[in-house]
Amino acid sequence: MQVALFFIFATLAVAGAVNLLVQRAPINAALSLVAVMGALAVLYLLLGAEFIAFVQILVYAGAIMVLFVFVIMLLNAQPDEASHRSRVARIIGVPALVALLVEFAGFLATQFSDSPVRMGEYISSTEDLGMALFHQYLLPFEVTSVLFLVGLIGAVLLAARREDPPAAMPTAVSSSSAKTTPAELVIR
Amino acid sequence: MPNATFFLISLVKCGVVLFVLLTLVAYIQLAERKIVGRMQSRVGPTRVGPFGLLQPAADAIKFILKEDITPDSAHKFLYLLSPALSATLSMLAITVIPIGGGTVRLFGQNTPMQITDINVGLLFILGVTSLGVYGIVLAGWSSNSKYSLLGSLRGASQMVSYELALGLALIGPIILAGSLSLRHIVEAQQHYWFIVPQFLAFLIYLTAAFAETNRIPFDLPEAEGELGAGYHTEYSAMKFALFFLAEYINMITVSCVATLVFLGGWHGPVFGPALLRAILPLVWFVLKVCFFLFLYIWVRGTLPRFRYDQLMAFGWKVLVPLALGNILVTSLIVGLLA
Repeated sequence: MQVALFFIFATLAVAGAVNLLVQRAPINAALSLVAVMGALAVLYLLLGAEFIAFVQILVYAGAIMVLFVFVIMLLNAQPDEASHRSRVARIIGVPALVALLVEFAGFLATQFSDSPVRMGEYISSTEDLGMALFHQYLLPFEVTSVLFLVGLIGAVLLAARREDPPAAMPTAVSSSSAKTTPAELVIR
Repeated sequence: MPNATFFLISLVKCGVVLFVLLTLVAYIQLAERKIVGRMQSRVGPTRVGPFGLLQPAADAIKFILKEDITPDSAHKFLYLLSPALSATLSMLAITVIPIGGGTVRLFGQNTPMQITDINVGLLFILGVTSLGVYGIVLAGWSSNSKYSLLGSLRGASQMVSYELALGLALIGPIILAGSLSLRHIVEAQQHYWFIVPQFLAFLIYLTAAFAETNRIPFDLPEAEGELGAGYHTEYSAMKFALFFLAEYINMITVSCVATLVFLGGWHGPVFGPALLRAILPLVWFVLKVCFFLFLYIWVRGTLPRFRYDQLMAFGWKVLVPLALGNILVTSLIVGLLA
């Protein structure tokens, strides 16, 4: 039954990924990505990694992709128009893709034995994962979180609305116009 | 356990849960109309059957007989998908809820009193409810109508925001129990309920749960005074009924989680002969869940709706920092005592 489930959801994941690339309407592409993530979560589940499977659903499908869909809805994004078929893309892109695939296949063939992965062979339980993250890899974990924080603050800073010039505010008309510093003028 | 028996047992359990769930939804809705009626000096439905007890059946017949409308400009596939998605996801969350500590004997096998017992049950529920946003978002977008879109935008941002507070509030009890399994969390509350050491987390959870289920005072996505009916404005007949069903099942789910995580699940005084001993835990569980459901109706009858900016500010500036502080203090105390 495990094998049957694996093939069903592996097919679903690949089909979703192909559909994601083929679809022209952004909303369909985003939803195919959600389907891919759901199928991947089931594959994790088949390997006994319950925690990772549900975190995948919670974080990727439930939070990140919702924001994608949200933005698509807000902008009411229309189907993409076909770009001019660039010659550079054909000359460099296709051989590069082939080279990448060959390299990837070679890596898979040499680095992994061809015996199937068995359940419980890798760290998968919530407890082991916590131990690994907060003991063995504590520093990388914390550094990553700081990195996220920096990204977050940067995004807020970029998106934040500039303060209205003081002159526009009725109460500030008389007091602040005289005290404007050169730096503030530059910002305006 | 052989595969066939496993399927048979699961099928029977799903059937029982589905039956109980749908009946419960029908009668909560009747209870809501009765209780809110009483609070507003009305009597509520009394005509169909004795004391209006057959009203849910009449409502169901009405839903089936209504004309099923699909707007011309709607995105047909997504318009059809979203109510189905809402209802399916809400029912999926119920599968991991344990309703009793013991086991039941079915087809010669002992099986736990829940459809499936997984190690990370709480995480599963959070994951599935987070997917529930898609039902609302896609419904509003695919209807291709202004009010629906506004409702679903509100719904999406509200649910994503309050999900954070909801999840963070549950981390305190998880630290105390040391497990994500609902069964283990309940068993850890044998001596005292987690509502005592985690009262703040309980309040945060309760507030966020109201927002997650789009109920008054946080029912902005379907604020009828401003948006028609919000994200399901364009839906009629059974498609609308599915959204309705999803909302009430979600209410039941969050009530069950509150009972299991904060109120000690099926724990309570157990006494008397063997039969009574077997039934009492179930009775306690059901009573606690009913308490939360009553609370939902009570709040609906008494509180006005928040304004939208108040809602967002409250979620991000009050609930999330409080929940984070609670995690910090809880883990500090648990760490020091260990």
